[in-house]
Amino acid sequence: MSEKEYIPTYVGTITKYVFIDSPNVTPQTLVIRAYEISDGLMIKETCFGLQITGEPKTVKKLITELRTVDPAHIFVKDRGFPPGDPRRCRANLGGARPGYYGHEFESGLFRYISHGLMELEKNTAPTVTRLGKKKLDEGKLPLKKLIEIINNEEAQ
Amino acid sequence: MAKVFIFPATSLILSDMVERWGHEALGAATGIRERIQTPSLDSPPLQMTPEDPKKGLKYAAVEVPCGVRGRMSLYGPLIEDADAAIIVNDADLSFGCMGCARTNELVMFMIRQQKGLPVLDIKYPGTDDEGVAFVAQIKEFLAGLGGDSDD
Repeated sequence: MSEKEYIPTYVGTITKYVFIDSPNVTPQTLVIRAYEISDGLMIKETCFGLQITGEPKTVKKLITELRTVDPAHIFVKDRGFPPGDPRRCRANLGGARPGYYGHEFESGLFRYISHGLMELEKNTAPTVTRLGKKKLDEGKLPLKKLIEIINNEEAQ
Repeated sequence: MAKVFIFPATSLILSDMVERWGHEALGAATGIRERIQTPSLDSPPLQMTPEDPKKGLKYAAVEVPCGVRGRMSLYGPLIEDADAAIIVNDADLSFGCMGCARTNELVMFMIRQQKGLPVLDIKYPGTDDEGVAFVAQIKEFLAGLGGDSDD
């Protein structure tokens, strides 16, 4: 194994993904708003929203501001790599970026989450049925049903 | 502000929910960033070095595959550092190779074994009503952790 020295870049910064799934705001609109108030941060526009890299405090401030554009339809996620990192960027690797499939799956649930956030904003104490813990035997064949099947098979 | 471990550790929705209400989400990105920003020997893509499976021995026995131990060296310290945890039980997106699958089981086991660690067990929403319940439960749970929960 070659022992090459690794010199990190963007030390002390954080990167955040901003996903927008709004009927009223496009990633382009959001990125223009972000540039207006960017304060020296590195911003990259993507098809789903944008990526912001910079000092943690400044990034947090910008995200707080961006969320006000459409609070129920903007979602923010932490990212380990800076944008365009050759180890992750699909320009170097080809195909979808690792992690894309997870985002794709969860993007399909945005509409329920956005609905939940809007309802919660309207009503501070909504009457909702609580989702319980997943039972160990959930989705499995009940014992009684199995015995019934065996008995039926034997009867034939 | 509480540190909340999220499972799946790469969850976009959980990461957003936790930060939206003023807490810090501990997920895969936190551990990866730490490795990416630390000078060491070049070990792409995640800067996981042969030292990591050794560190993972704290969380899994030596006969456990090094893939699981390496992953545990990433998640283990985060779980130890967490003040609370949120687990989504039916997260298909966390599915992967056997290393991922076994690590997921071990991570959930470890979270539930931590004494005094508040855990919220939920499922992804599939309808609008479930969406309201999902968001309300997370908000209620996070509000119970204290700190400045208003962003």
